Amino acid sequence: MASQQQFSAIKGAKVLMVGAGGIGCELLKTLALSGFQDIHIIDMDTIEVSNLNRQFLFRQSHVGLSKARVARDAVLRFRPQISITPYHANVKDSNFNVDFFKQFNVVLNGLDNLDARRHVNRLCLAADVPLVESGTTGFLGQVTVHIKGKTECYECQPKPAPKTYPVCTITSTPTKFVHCIVWAKDLLFAKLFGDKNQENDLNVRSSDASSSSNHVEDVFERRNDEDIEQYGRRVYDHVFGYNIEVALSNEETWKNRNRPKPIYSRDVLDNELTRQNGNMDKNCSTNCPSSVSAMAALGMKNPQDIWGLMENSRIFLEALKLFFSKREEEIGNLTFDKDDQLAVEFVTAAANIRAASFGIPLHSLFEAKGIAGNIVHAVATTNAVIAGLIVIEAIKVLQNDTKNYRMTYCVEHPARKMLLMPVEPFEPNKSCYVCSETPLLLEINTHRAKLRDFVDKIVKATLGMNLPLIMHGSALLYEVGDDLDEAMVANYAANLEKVLSELPSPVTGGTMLTVEDLQQEFSCNINIKHREEFDEEKEPDGMVLSGWAPPPTVEGANKTIDNAGSTSEALPVEAEKSEEIETAPGKKRKLIEVSKNDGTSNAEEIKKNEKLQVLDDDDDDDLVILDGGDLGFSPSKKKCQW
Amino acid sequence: MDGEELTEQETALYDRQIRVWGADAQRRLSKAHILVCGMKGTIAEFCKNIVLAGIGSLTLVDDRVVTEEALSANFLIPLDENVYAGKTLAELCCDSLKDFNPMVRVSVEKGDLSSFGGEFYSKFDVVVVSCCSFTTKKLINEKCRKLSKRIAFYSVDCRDSCGEIFVDLQLHTYSKKKLEETIECQLQYSSFEEAISVPWKILPRKVSKLYFALRVIERFEEAEGRNPGEVSIADLPSVLKLKKELCDEHSLNESHIPDALLERLVSSTREFPPVCAILGGILGQEVIKGISGKGDPLKNFFFFDAMDGKGLIEDISNSAGS
Repeated sequence: MASQQQFSAIKGAKVLMVGAGGIGCELLKTLALSGFQDIHIIDMDTIEVSNLNRQFLFRQSHVGLSKARVARDAVLRFRPQISITPYHANVKDSNFNVDFFKQFNVVLNGLDNLDARRHVNRLCLAADVPLVESGTTGFLGQVTVHIKGKTECYECQPKPAPKTYPVCTITSTPTKFVHCIVWAKDLLFAKLFGDKNQENDLNVRSSDASSSSNHVEDVFERRNDEDIEQYGRRVYDHVFGYNIEVALSNEETWKNRNRPKPIYSRDVLDNELTRQNGNMDKNCSTNCPSSVSAMAALGMKNPQDIWGLMENSRIFLEALKLFFSKREEEIGNLTFDKDDQLAVEFVTAAANIRAASFGIPLHSLFEAKGIAGNIVHAVATTNAVIAGLIVIEAIKVLQNDTKNYRMTYCVEHPARKMLLMPVEPFEPNKSCYVCSETPLLLEINTHRAKLRDFVDKIVKATLGMNLPLIMHGSALLYEVGDDLDEAMVANYAANLEKVLSELPSPVTGGTMLTVEDLQQEFSCNINIKHREEFDEEKEPDGMVLSGWAPPPTVEGANKTIDNAGSTSEALPVEAEKSEEIETAPGKKRKLIEVSKNDGTSNAEEIKKNEKLQVLDDDDDDDLVILDGGDLGFSPSKKKCQW
Repeated sequence: MDGEELTEQETALYDRQIRVWGADAQRRLSKAHILVCGMKGTIAEFCKNIVLAGIGSLTLVDDRVVTEEALSANFLIPLDENVYAGKTLAELCCDSLKDFNPMVRVSVEKGDLSSFGGEFYSKFDVVVVSCCSFTTKKLINEKCRKLSKRIAFYSVDCRDSCGEIFVDLQLHTYSKKKLEETIECQLQYSSFEEAISVPWKILPRKVSKLYFALRVIERFEEAEGRNPGEVSIADLPSVLKLKKELCDEHSLNESHIPDALLERLVSSTREFPPVCAILGGILGQEVIKGISGKGDPLKNFFFFDAMDGKGLIEDISNSAGS
């Protein structure tokens, strides 16, 4: 195996690693041990305590430092003679352009999100540099090889769309704990501690939002000289009491639903008790904002405990108070971060109080944190295995050993005796809008949809562009960049608010738009087809993009898994049924449906299906083909009409 | 399970993995005592994985000193003569591993594995051996089996880009999730000696070729009085001769053990680091499953060959054990 030829291919290679996290640490170690001499590594993250159980190059004393830099130093201890170049930066930064990528023989991804993966895929295609892509969740993992023109690109297979929730479910009719979490995190937390200018649907359902909006705005503002305790109770009573009463007044909503119960702080807490909470400053001995904790202040220790309504209410008020007393300077700029203890405490408590109001089972802080933070289950062993497989593929790529490229899947339950299943890579998808030049088709109401809708929902959310430019023939409709003059910026801003058919160069049925990303050096054409009506339930975006296979819908074979208690012991892959279908004379093709419970913890919401096909050609060379398989996505909300 | 709760520190550190295997599995891990022997690349990978996972204690046995080969796939030893001079491999690895997770006790035991008595082994819940002869493997496995306490025995070896894991959990009871329910299961394992004594001709036709090839190499080293891995391309003719004899003895068609595979296995015996990572990862996962009693454990061999990229499980047990 370690032939002279292989050895010189490794020695002479210049490789780029994207990501110095779970897979990245393992990968950097294995590359160094395998004899790689010139490794560049990009990671924008700093080290967190919860990384230390698997990112073995990091120690407690490194918390807060750059992952890329610390990883480099750690590996140089056992391989001091090699060159490792760290970049503490976002791979989407403009200096990591096509020319930057061109200097490498191979790019190795150890990323944790779809967005960055798509971005790197496009840069690798544009720079014509081979990409070895990887992902893990729990005991599952995969490694794939992407070579322009030879194998499919990362985006040839559509990726499952992120789970979204209708706004009305979040604001008014939650039925699951995850709905309460999204409400607590994206609405309440954002309203109280985030950017005040951001649009927020928190009060969207309070009877007539238009007339009472001025009054409503004031509720969340702390009045001059208002006692923190009093302010906290006012917010509490408003969101858990008053708002519920208002919602209840709309009888129509509750005809076929359980009516929620308004909760007021006076019913849960007596005044004496909460007054005493104020005197726990001695427990918050440090001044470091990240160590401020309502649990610590209240003497609660176990994050696995499920608190009752009273405890949640105390945590809610205490957390709110601590934000205003210890972290006041951050208020207005905060965004939810799963590693921010106080934020997690606040969101857990708020979600639980709301859950209590709607008769939904309460959850522990540990579970709530998993849901709110979209925490992907992660263990060191899977990352180590996947890193080994990445290096094996990287070496083949460097030797141009095309015939032997494999995609490999690491599974929890063996299929045909295999825990590690190699599969021959697929050819490029001829209708892939990323690696082929196939135009896409967009059905849209050109008289109603604005350019902004198109940019947000299609160009950014669906096509994953970072710095887009939109052209109709030679007319530029929209562009993003640092070098634009004021007149152009104003012009594009005005265009954003126009409906498509009223743009300076009108976009109507039959128009072809060209959308380009200058950084990704990626462009595609979109044929516009005018359509009057869209189904609000099935096509909530009010537009439908097609032309390559659409993302799988979350229907059919899905079974509901009870969320309670499943977060800590989910078995991610369960082979469910196996059937044989004839494909060609003498060749049997086995089809096993594997339903996969993704790493994010709200199992019943975020399940997706994968089809796993085992080709049996009655020889030892079994091939297994697995579709789908991106391993990271996040719940977000989508709009629905009332 | 026994009322003891994880500390705040443990919950914070192990957050991501508790989400995979649960708090009670984490508690069981923190009480497990593991012995490993043969501090090369694969064992270094394995030790990293279980120390990070938060086992109770890890004891290392390997009195050899640093050689170029010992350093080749082992990231636990700093490449600095001032650091490694005068220390054994076990001591050097111990220094590094302690640093990985302050909540795990890592220590060194000096001496020869085969000279330790039953009392020594009874201190452990799991014994993992690497780079030892098949006589030693059998001996240690038997010593573990004789004790009244159940001790899980594993062996792991990497040669060039191939690897093998053997597992003996004796009578293993565990739980697994089946759809909505948690069900209890039980598996009976064979000892190493029983497993490798299974006549070849009764094995299924598709058994991994590596299984046979590694048995040939093992027998060759034993007959020649070599240490594991002390073979070279010069030995190939004798190895091929032995292969023929063994195939005749077992009435196995010689094509089940390709000459090219044996050639690879004798010409380079160094561990290939990516394969160390894979074997150390799979073994770590198995040991965690074994300790926590959660999920189907591997029974009873695992093979990996970077040439074809397959990671295969084979059940090779005597009839009493299957």
